Amino acid sequence: MSAVAVVALALLSVAGMLVLVRLVHGPRALDRIVALEAMVSLVVAGACVGVAAWEYTPFVPVLIVLSLLGFIGSTVAARLIGEREDLR
Amino acid sequence: MKDLSETVTDIVSAVLLLTGAVFCLLGALGLLRFPDTVSRLHASSKAQTLGVLLALLGAAVHVPLPYAGLLLLTGLFQLFTAPVTGQVVGRVAYRTGAVDHRTLFTDELVGQLAPPNPPDTENGDDDGNGDGDDDGNGDGDDDGNGSGAGRGRER
Repeated sequence: MSAVAVVALALLSVAGMLVLVRLVHGPRALDRIVALEAMVSLVVAGACVGVAAWEYTPFVPVLIVLSLLGFIGSTVAARLIGEREDLR
Repeated sequence: MKDLSETVTDIVSAVLLLTGAVFCLLGALGLLRFPDTVSRLHASSKAQTLGVLLALLGAAVHVPLPYAGLLLLTGLFQLFTAPVTGQVVGRVAYRTGAVDHRTLFTDELVGQLAPPNPPDTENGDDDGNGDGDDDGNGDGDDDGNGSGAGRGRER
């Protein structure tokens, strides 16, 4: 189980690096918002791997808070970019 | 018997976790490689959500029951919130002109929710589809895109 967790975390780390590249030079602010939401999803998936592999159940409420915060943050940021033209 | 069921649970959880990680990686790859914002949103909003759901399921079969319920609740939140975020970001992307129109087969929003600055199709010879009825967007909150008629859409 631990070897599976290491492999899954390695895959998620590679995915995080790819998302980070898009986050650094996304040409628009919307690309950065999409990349940030993907990064939050990757953190949630990595915490799931940690919960499953090492039975670390205090992370479970953190998962709920992270997913809801990612949703609220990206939605509000996208609305704000739609309203204000100087942020695009 | 206890040992056997534990082994089966371990195998199912490992398969779900690895599949979820692979889907997350594919979503990140699409996010890096796709040409415009809406395509990147497509990759991120579907593959990434599926990967997170599989990882949550793989964790849920491996922990005690109350925590498994909380993890399934998180998955349910993901299923509710991912389409909302996708819709909002896609709408803002369309209205701010972040859509590469050469990658679209059709564009059903062209008379109703036009971007304020059309990309590069201002060549004047609109071929009959410049319908003057831009009455599908009277929802009050759109600023400066009320005149979406008369854009040449021939490709």
